[in-house]
Amino acid sequence: MSRVVTLKIDDRDVSGRDDETVLEVARENGIDMPTLCQVDGLSSVGACRLCLVEVKGVPKLLPACTTYVTEGMEVWTSTERINRYRRQIVELLFSEGNHICAVCVSNGHCELQNLAIRLGIQHIDYPYRYPKATVDASHERFGFDGNRCVLCTRCVRVCDEIEGAHTWDVKGRGINSQVITDLDQPWGESPTCTSCGKCVNICPTGALFEKGKSVAEMTKRGEFLPYLTTMRGKKQR
Amino acid sequence: MTKKRVATVWLDGCSGCHMSFLDIDHRLLDLADAIDLVYSPLVDFKDFPDDVDVTLVEGAISSEEDLEKIQRIRSKTKVLVSLGDCAVTGNVPSLRNPVGVGPILQRVYLDEHPLGAAPDQVVPKLLPAVRPVHSVVQVDVYVPGCPPSADTIFHVVSELVAGRIPDLTDRTRFGA
Ligand code: SF4
Ligand code: SF4
Ligand code: FES
Repeated sequence: MSRVVTLKIDDRDVSGRDDETVLEVARENGIDMPTLCQVDGLSSVGACRLCLVEVKGVPKLLPACTTYVTEGMEVWTSTERINRYRRQIVELLFSEGNHICAVCVSNGHCELQNLAIRLGIQHIDYPYRYPKATVDASHERFGFDGNRCVLCTRCVRVCDEIEGAHTWDVKGRGINSQVITDLDQPWGESPTCTSCGKCVNICPTGALFEKGKSVAEMTKRGEFLPYLTTMRGKKQR
Repeated sequence: MTKKRVATVWLDGCSGCHMSFLDIDHRLLDLADAIDLVYSPLVDFKDFPDDVDVTLVEGAISSEEDLEKIQRIRSKTKVLVSLGDCAVTGNVPSLRNPVGVGPILQRVYLDEHPLGAAPDQVVPKLLPAVRPVHSVVQVDVYVPGCPPSADTIFHVVSELVAGRIPDLTDRTRFGA
């Protein structure tokens, strides 16, 4: 049984249930913050750190999407320090991959681009890495371009938690991490992939796309997810 | 009012930003009253002059010539503007970076077409990696977009001519 707790977010008195995250309670109260790896309907993993908030009495910053509310908690969602870190995180994402928006299928419909706009990023201060990334075009209908992957793991989670196929996973550690299909085999040869396209539509960037889409033509349809989760009933935490 | 001395330069870009600049149409006449275009691919001056108030840079830094030019331009310019994604991020020219100069020249001049050898004279030598302008000199204003719209460019130039640093919030973005 969940309990109702009262807390302060950005100096406002709010209340929520103790099985809700800071992010959920904040948004219910009209307080928004940037997120990238979190999507309603999937488990939260706290991978991107964009939703970091300050909590009174806690020396480190905590991700709002994986932190549960507690009685008497005091949270700040948009201090100068947090906003600086958020800009740095998004700049690092740009510098880490090869984001050539002008020739990207997702140009104009991309969550990473939107984050840059929201945070007022007009250039990247960090040196670009120009990694040699993989492109997998072996699937009949879909493509993967590692140049644009931000390692949010949304594809991994939707494939595992909603489709039940677990085709996607992550290999390597730190800066060498990469998403892979099955045991790092070509996607087109995957015995587990059902070709449902959920990963493609939940991917925030142009990393996963439908074949045949040209520059700026790839619009994602993520609306299926809240539908499916509602239809299947709320999962037990 | 003394006219602002404005220059535009074209480094490694497709000239799309300059086209977008021309796209401001009749408003060019308003600008013409307020600026002196002292150097540009659009006018015929051979050398980059001294004491330039504003320089708009289109294109990334790809060759030794680009590098040498931008350093000279920086030293003679008060406000340096990175105009467009190639100048701001490296953009399309930087697609070659993960591949490297050697393999790309090999592919273009030897594998794909029987051109014999990559040129080593007359054309400037390529740098090992294409870089955004601000990674080699200090940049004062960033205008992302591929190309930035005519309205954005008009806003930028008008603000700078009026002595203000333009606020580009919600006006443009990478890839716009
Ligand atoms: S994925 Fe988004 S940020 Fe990356 S190149 Fe494509 S549009 Fe740009
Ligand atoms: S492919 Fe897309 S959804 Fe998967 S981790 Fe990369 S950016 Fe996220
Ligand atoms: S949205 Fe919370 S860590 Fe990514």
